[in-house]
Amino acid sequence: MTADTTWPLWEVFIRAKAGLDHKHCGSLHAVDAAMALRLARDVYTRRQEGVSIWVAASADITASDPGDKAMHFDPAADKVYRHPTFYVLPGSVDHL
Amino acid sequence: MSTPGRPEGEGTPVHATVQQAPLRPGTAPALQYVLRLGDTCLIHAQRLAEWCGRAPVLEEDIALANIALDLLGQARVLLSHAAVLDGQGHDEDALAFWRDEHDFRNLTLVELPRGDFADAVVRNLLLSTWLKAIWAGLKASADATLAGLAHKAIKEAAYHQRHAADWAVRLGRGTAESAARLAAALQRAWPYTAEMFTADAVDDAAQQAGLGPRGCDLLPAWLDEIAAVIDDAGTAMPVLGAFRSTGRLGRHSEHLGRLLCEMQHLPRSHPGAVW
Repeated sequence: MTADTTWPLWEVFIRAKAGLDHKHCGSLHAVDAAMALRLARDVYTRRQEGVSIWVAASADITASDPGDKAMHFDPAADKVYRHPTFYVLPGSVDHL
Repeated sequence: MSTPGRPEGEGTPVHATVQQAPLRPGTAPALQYVLRLGDTCLIHAQRLAEWCGRAPVLEEDIALANIALDLLGQARVLLSHAAVLDGQGHDEDALAFWRDEHDFRNLTLVELPRGDFADAVVRNLLLSTWLKAIWAGLKASADATLAGLAHKAIKEAAYHQRHAADWAVRLGRGTAESAARLAAALQRAWPYTAEMFTADAVDDAAQQAGLGPRGCDLLPAWLDEIAAVIDDAGTAMPVLGAFRSTGRLGRHSEHLGRLLCEMQHLPRSHPGAVW
């Protein structure tokens, strides 16, 4: 039996500019967080995509099961009253 | 035997084998100073680019190509500037592709064969640490082009150094195999580092004219920085022998000619080719 020498997977989040939130942009393999950060810089910010990087071990992320999609999300489809669309906004409030 | 290829006649590329004689830049110290730095960046970039498609993992492949492209960008500015200083009406491409081996002024270290990954790490470490000090000195250059480039390039060199130092420590503290390879690569590269710090008339003239730093003044800080990384990696500092390489004087190892054959082949076979 040979040892598994595949480097662990890391999820990469990039902040495009100050004030915006970090957005997930992809993943990569690296032996530890420091290397993941350094490689993320080379793989994901070569074209001035960001000013800040987060990495998180993919194994640390708990994700919803695609099989549960109907149960989780479909019931919200016909609940229009959950959207705040019944208020009359003052004319001076834009972009809300 | 018939070979597949282009039909004769229209569309056949013009093979201008000796259309353009190799060009020879002048010998002014300022020009030589800029050529040394530009050629070192160019040839280092060319060797590093050989890692494209060969690095141990995809992520590192991209990282090494990024570093090579940073160096190529620096070389472009430097060779364009050298062409201006030379005053013969050439440009960066003419200098890169139409000079012969003995007119290249790069450090011998950068033309050595690609070697293994430890060789790439060690070479990047030794050079980026040196280049960082060169750029730091050039920020105050009397030459506005060099000073402008230095402000941008020093950030790139700082990252290249971080990248290489990180790998050196990982290899040194990794497996017995990786530690042995790091130590062997250091032994191979070390004799060529003396050339970075050898004083000569070109460096002296550059310092006197306020053009840029002399290599020999950069040695103590360079040694401190390299020693810290090598110590962290758990490897011993190599000992410098009597050998001195002479690439920046135009006397190269056997390896540069082969590198230039590949690098210059296309423009020399198809002069003026564009896409």
